[in-house]
Amino acid sequence: MSAAPPSLQGNRACALAAIAAGCRFFAGYPITPSSEIAEAMSRELPRVGGVFIQMEDEMGSLAAVIGASFGGAKAMTATSGPGFSLMQEHLGYAAMAEVPCVIIDVMRGGPSTGMPTRPSQGDLMQARWGTHGDHPVVALAPASAQEIYSETIRAFNLAERLRTPVVVLFDEVVAHLIESVTLPAPKTIVVAERKWAKGDERDFHPFAETDDLVPPMARPGEGLRVHATGLTHTADGFPTQQPGPAGRAVRRLIDKIERHRDEIERFETLRTEDAEFLIVAVGIVARAARRAVADLRADGIKAGLLRPITLWPFPERATREAASRARRVLVAEMNAGQLALEVERLAAAPGKIARLNRIDGEPIAPGDIAAKIRELAANG
Amino acid sequence: MDDAASSPFEIRDYLRLNMMPHFMCPGCGHGIALRALLWAVHELKLDKNKLAVVSGIGCSGRVGAYVDANTFHTTHGRPLAFATGLKLARPDLTVVVVSGDGDCLAIGGNHLIHACRRNLDLTCLMLNNEVYGMTGGQVSPTTALHRLTTTTPDGNVEPAFDACALAEAAGASFVGREVTRQAPALKNVIKAAVAHEGFAFVEAISDCTEIYGRKNDLGESPEMMLSQKAKMRPESFADVADRQYKPNRLRTGVLAKHDRPEYGRLCRERAARGRPEKRR
Repeated sequence: MSAAPPSLQGNRACALAAIAAGCRFFAGYPITPSSEIAEAMSRELPRVGGVFIQMEDEMGSLAAVIGASFGGAKAMTATSGPGFSLMQEHLGYAAMAEVPCVIIDVMRGGPSTGMPTRPSQGDLMQARWGTHGDHPVVALAPASAQEIYSETIRAFNLAERLRTPVVVLFDEVVAHLIESVTLPAPKTIVVAERKWAKGDERDFHPFAETDDLVPPMARPGEGLRVHATGLTHTADGFPTQQPGPAGRAVRRLIDKIERHRDEIERFETLRTEDAEFLIVAVGIVARAARRAVADLRADGIKAGLLRPITLWPFPERATREAASRARRVLVAEMNAGQLALEVERLAAAPGKIARLNRIDGEPIAPGDIAAKIRELAANG
Repeated sequence: MDDAASSPFEIRDYLRLNMMPHFMCPGCGHGIALRALLWAVHELKLDKNKLAVVSGIGCSGRVGAYVDANTFHTTHGRPLAFATGLKLARPDLTVVVVSGDGDCLAIGGNHLIHACRRNLDLTCLMLNNEVYGMTGGQVSPTTALHRLTTTTPDGNVEPAFDACALAEAAGASFVGREVTRQAPALKNVIKAAVAHEGFAFVEAISDCTEIYGRKNDLGESPEMMLSQKAKMRPESFADVADRQYKPNRLRTGVLAKHDRPEYGRLCRERAARGRPEKRR
């Protein structure tokens, strides 16, 4: 096995990972720059006994994904900003009805139709707060084709284990980069299965508050005839507007994700232990920041990088710790300042946060980041 | 009595009795439509464990929860899209969508026409009461001309959809319509629709007595039911349609049945055959 690893486009790595994770249903609507994922799924899924369908729009796409997941299939859709906006309705539904599903959002320039073929990181907050009401969300932000592969698998595993929608966000640069990806041997891939309900219908409460806060799911056709709804519901799954049960139902959804934070959270640090200048970045910007750290260190400037891989829930403790040690913190991102809001919230001294933003459809270069840090260093 | 029924139909066998009393208004036609659906399920001898009822939002959307089956109360206008995923993932299930005129024709219109076009083996039962009842009585895509609603205080000026004509034009391989006044006939249409392999669209003409009927002085439930065929029709298209228009005569029964390949079967056969030789 000494053959060179294959070169894969990020979007293709995503599709292959989904299938390796057990995805057997894909519904989507064409949108740049994510379409290669749908195209790859249309080729690959039927070969493994799965189903691909191109729906009439993005609302229908995520609805079909949720429907397939209700039926027991691991299911996914892929889109970009404008489509992701349309999917918010069903992102909320999947959170509320606790339906495992994976939503890939390849970020392009916005707002609105924006710049379809240019990269952006404009959807970081949309992933967290795009739908109405208080709901949990899990969002992952891979930075390379290799990581798209591993994080897409992880997305499925988290979705299935926690009965939750999981969003995977990456920018157009990472989506379209073709780089070598080491594909793990199928047997070594850890694939999580959903906790299925078994047993007596009379004792079964499909939305019960179990120890791990993840109730087992009933597979249709096996005798447990349950009701699922986007309405606030009791443990039996039927609608309620009574303050007690209603509050508990929503609270459990939020607590469910919090309870499993350690399992969900993932981040990378680069030379943060003695960093005076901390850079916080995700996706392709974090890759530029890596280079900037090396260049700055070579010049004797103690720079470091914190890269959230799990974007939501945000790695709060790691951010607090790294930020508290640093003299200044630079949040670099391809938007007008979204990640920065989170870092400012967490840093004890918001005054030490600086921002580096690009919203013109161009990625942030290593030199841009290094120059900004040098400027901060020069100003004490 | 249909000879398919081996035992008498007992609606309690198909209802979640713990959900009673139901929340529908006195005189609402949706209960009759639900009864007709369950009656059809009984006569078709469907296994409740293999039955999925997918509904949207509105009064019609709440009907599904009363059925002792796998029931999915989804989002406004999108039950057909949920059902599409469910049926493709689980061809072994019988999937019935219960929708309403607003759910199916307004916010869900796009999903409807594409479901018709695809011809996946689903049954869509659209309960048409001409109004948004759940939200208090606003105008819907099937509200007849001149009717008063809370958002047409001077009378409705929008023409109404002929949902069955729309479904057939969009490719539905089975189209039927019946009135709740004739529950056995409605049952028979639903039964034929569920038994049909392909996309089946059934419009059940239902009544909203409490809100719509009251607002328009249409009488009590019996009066409204008696006038179902005469009053509830897309009369605004009478002058422009190139087909013979029969006043006071809403076409009911099985309106269309076409032999078209079923989508799920096509998908599976296509996958089994593999990729076409010539590509790239």
